Amino acid sequence: MSDNGLIKKKLEAAPMKRRSFLGWSSFFGGSALTSSGWAKALRLGPRAAAGPSAQEAGPEIKMVRTGCPSHNCGGRCLLKVYVREGKIVRIEGDDRPADGVEAPQLRPCVRGRAYRRRQYHPDRLLFPMKRTGRRGEGRFVRISWDEALDKVASEMKRIKDAYGNAAFYVPYGTGSYNQTNGRQTAQRLMNLFGGSLGFYNSYSWAAISCATPYVYGTNITGNQRQDWLNSKYILMWSWNPAEMRDGTNSEYFLKKAKEKGARLVCIDPRMTLSAVGLADEWIPIRPGTDAAMMSAMAHVMIAEKLYDASFVRTHCLGFDETQMPPGAEGAESYRDYILGLRDGVPKTPEWAEPVCGVPKATIARIAREYATTKPAVLYQGYGMQRRAFGEQAVRAGCVLAAITGNVGIPGGWAGGIALQAPDGGPAWIVFPTGPNPVQAQIPSFLWTEAVLRGKDMGPADGVVGAERLGTNIKMIYAVACNALINQHANINRTAKILADESLVECLVVQDNFLTPTGRFADILLPACTQFETWGVADGWKYGDEVILMPQVVDPPGETKSDYRIAAEIALKLGLHDAYTEGRDERGWVAWSIEYFRRQRFPDIPALDEFEKSNIGVYALPVTKPAVAFAAFRDDPAKNPLPTPSGKVEIFSKRLHELNKPDVVPAVPKYIREWESPFGPEAKRYPLQVIGHHYLATVHSTMDNVDWLREAWPQRVFINPVDAGARGISNGDPVRIFNDRGATVVRCRVTKRIMPGVIALPQGAWWSPDEKGVDRAGSVNVLTSERWTPLAFGNAQHTIMAQAEKA
Amino acid sequence: MDQTFVRQYAFYFDASACTGCKACQAACKDRHDLPADILWRRVYEVAGGTWKKEGSVWIPAVFAYHLSMACHHCQKPICGESCPTRAIYKRDDGIVMIETLACIGCRYCEWACPYGAIQFDPSSRVVTKCHFCYDALAFGEPPACVAACPMRALDFGDMAELGKKYAGTREVFPLPEAALTEPALIVKPHRDAARATKETAEVANWEEI
Repeated sequence: MSDNGLIKKKLEAAPMKRRSFLGWSSFFGGSALTSSGWAKALRLGPRAAAGPSAQEAGPEIKMVRTGCPSHNCGGRCLLKVYVREGKIVRIEGDDRPADGVEAPQLRPCVRGRAYRRRQYHPDRLLFPMKRTGRRGEGRFVRISWDEALDKVASEMKRIKDAYGNAAFYVPYGTGSYNQTNGRQTAQRLMNLFGGSLGFYNSYSWAAISCATPYVYGTNITGNQRQDWLNSKYILMWSWNPAEMRDGTNSEYFLKKAKEKGARLVCIDPRMTLSAVGLADEWIPIRPGTDAAMMSAMAHVMIAEKLYDASFVRTHCLGFDETQMPPGAEGAESYRDYILGLRDGVPKTPEWAEPVCGVPKATIARIAREYATTKPAVLYQGYGMQRRAFGEQAVRAGCVLAAITGNVGIPGGWAGGIALQAPDGGPAWIVFPTGPNPVQAQIPSFLWTEAVLRGKDMGPADGVVGAERLGTNIKMIYAVACNALINQHANINRTAKILADESLVECLVVQDNFLTPTGRFADILLPACTQFETWGVADGWKYGDEVILMPQVVDPPGETKSDYRIAAEIALKLGLHDAYTEGRDERGWVAWSIEYFRRQRFPDIPALDEFEKSNIGVYALPVTKPAVAFAAFRDDPAKNPLPTPSGKVEIFSKRLHELNKPDVVPAVPKYIREWESPFGPEAKRYPLQVIGHHYLATVHSTMDNVDWLREAWPQRVFINPVDAGARGISNGDPVRIFNDRGATVVRCRVTKRIMPGVIALPQGAWWSPDEKGVDRAGSVNVLTSERWTPLAFGNAQHTIMAQAEKA
Repeated sequence: MDQTFVRQYAFYFDASACTGCKACQAACKDRHDLPADILWRRVYEVAGGTWKKEGSVWIPAVFAYHLSMACHHCQKPICGESCPTRAIYKRDDGIVMIETLACIGCRYCEWACPYGAIQFDPSSRVVTKCHFCYDALAFGEPPACVAACPMRALDFGDMAELGKKYAGTREVFPLPEAALTEPALIVKPHRDAARATKETAEVANWEEI
């Protein structure tokens, strides 16, 4: 205990690069503090002495409350931004005096607090550029805006004439995510120009948004979060709000629930920050086996009669042979599957133990705790559904919630994607893209397929709105999107596809930085950040507030807002007036606020008043949290679910009729993944890899922020058991590889991950060396482009690989 | 808070609620414009325990917790005692300050401080550290780290008043014995803090601090 270990280590630390202070000195010239005794004593007064407080923020310093730039992080937070001489000099968090659970302060995370280091990063793109080398080489030359816009407009006309509008694609991308910034600005342009190939699904929650409605008929399955304070038991399954947030304050509400006596259990291959700081217990589970453990829990509940037989009888469909839907009477019920009555394999904890790597006694205990400690929450995070058969774990979790009777009651939780009751919560993007004349949509994860063979793609590839696409994708306009290269699966494959100029003939990339996706651009357009234009945002999945994002500083160089850029392309195409309807960015913010007023916030102040007040946020306190399915619970006959049967569909006749029982069974099942520790591939690639969310980045955004990489360096996390077997020591560079690619990154040997699993946080910017080996720890050189069978979603956490000392 | 009555400013830290997210650390860096590598507030990850195999299953007996630590403005500031130019002094309200003009950059204080609070700035060749955002206190505002915590796990105040408000300790692995410097700190320990003293435990994130 008396070991002075802290200081010793600091002195022994290897020298690392250091930077000089940023120069607060000019900031403080003439401020009141310089006359204080303390400041006089300080040669470098500014550093030690201080910064502006609200009260001292005199005429020279402006304080603006604004939203933290929205990057699809999982939260929406409030900042106090201090500006002096046109520059942001400090960022503080929400300090509204009231901080109760009804409408708590929206305190930003480490990323929001470090935002100045992104805002003023020396690598900001400042001018339009065009490619000079081969595509993907990353060689560009500066051009004028006029030349850039002319080029984009003429390519759009050429592609339209040659291939038709379905050859355009504005891909999924969330690097900028408020009303006037982000991909929707380009989609509006395309729609006015005759449309472009559409998409559905996200890379976040494809399987869960598809599978949840097969059980409940809707994705609005979540209570308002304050209701967690009514819960006695919270099972955090693959859910890590402390690292990915999943709603500003989710972790704070969980702390409050714990203070009220709830027990929190975290099930995750990693001992996450949530497992350490929130949970009472951590149970590691082998990735991709969640549905097996859930099935075994159901077995315990059935064998020990712990399930809510009454709720199952009155509210559910397909639990056992007595409640099969007409036309499927003889099919395998859920109980049949769990007890193994058809396949001869009872899904007991003994069966699940070697699959999940969880002791059978633990499985049985968790089953009993969850079934008998009521009301209880089984919250399903999204990591477990970005997997080969992600749909199964989603439905299996929903079924556990249903058979324990935790649906429709305060303190309970129905599971699934859990958009917020009663209305689905935030509207996300309300900026009107207008109707897309091209009806066809692809699953977002299949865009490389549409580049290679879109012409012949149809419903078998998840296409909706058309029998055939009729054309391949020939032009991509990527806005705030690093998901073409960095965040899409199998980077080495995608890079080859994009490098082929005969496939995608024109690639326009619009961003704040030269991202790995940007390196493949033909035309690079420099966007400003969200501090540099007007915006407005509501919550992220959860939340009952609207956050105003006024322009705080001027755009640097020749950068422009996403909206402005699209409007200027529209001008070249003769569509300017139709595009803008006479509005600038602020005008669309005013428009959006009126939309929010009609939708959920009847008393929200109009923009002028909102801006003048500098309150930054308009919040609706939640005093009586809404509970999803409460009316259905009370009277299922009068208030049926929007499922075909009106009930909770443990058995789905729709899925039954798909007739793909091996990959899309009618009741949720555990299905061994196509890459797993149990297949022949495990001989060469014995380690499971997960690309978890990490506080260093929002997906790939902010990878270049030094304060964040100081706090959260990119590492592969590996258990001492696996490291030791490979002669790997803490801090060693490690080569991780499989048939798709290889990456070299330093390791952190940690007990906080289960043996057999390594974790390489997603988001690091792909940096291939001359041999094509990534040097940044970019997980997507290892991932597969194969999609899930029902949702056509990404399965990017299903990876087997090997690791060795580099 | 009425500062007239403050004899010793102190931090309260609830390790049982800390997720280790480092919002406090970044808030501090932003407020004081600290370059990468100078951390007036740092978050230590303590981890320990074992894995053992039973049959085909690996069973964890692993624990971890986080400690968010700044300068503790000790009642016996050993940093000041070690300073050959007496550049480190204690204010009436207990805040330990560095008289930067008098610092010769010898770094003895850095060596002496058992908490790693002293951070040498190679660009100006002087030592730096947390000063409790004393300027914010003067305006009735909390230190940046306290205001930042998404878990509301940090608090501050007069040591005696904080002691009445919170139960806690100053003896948490891997902190040195409190008697050494009498830190103005109250920690509500994480449930696994007791294990850290009985089993093998270590600071697991040295490269981050």
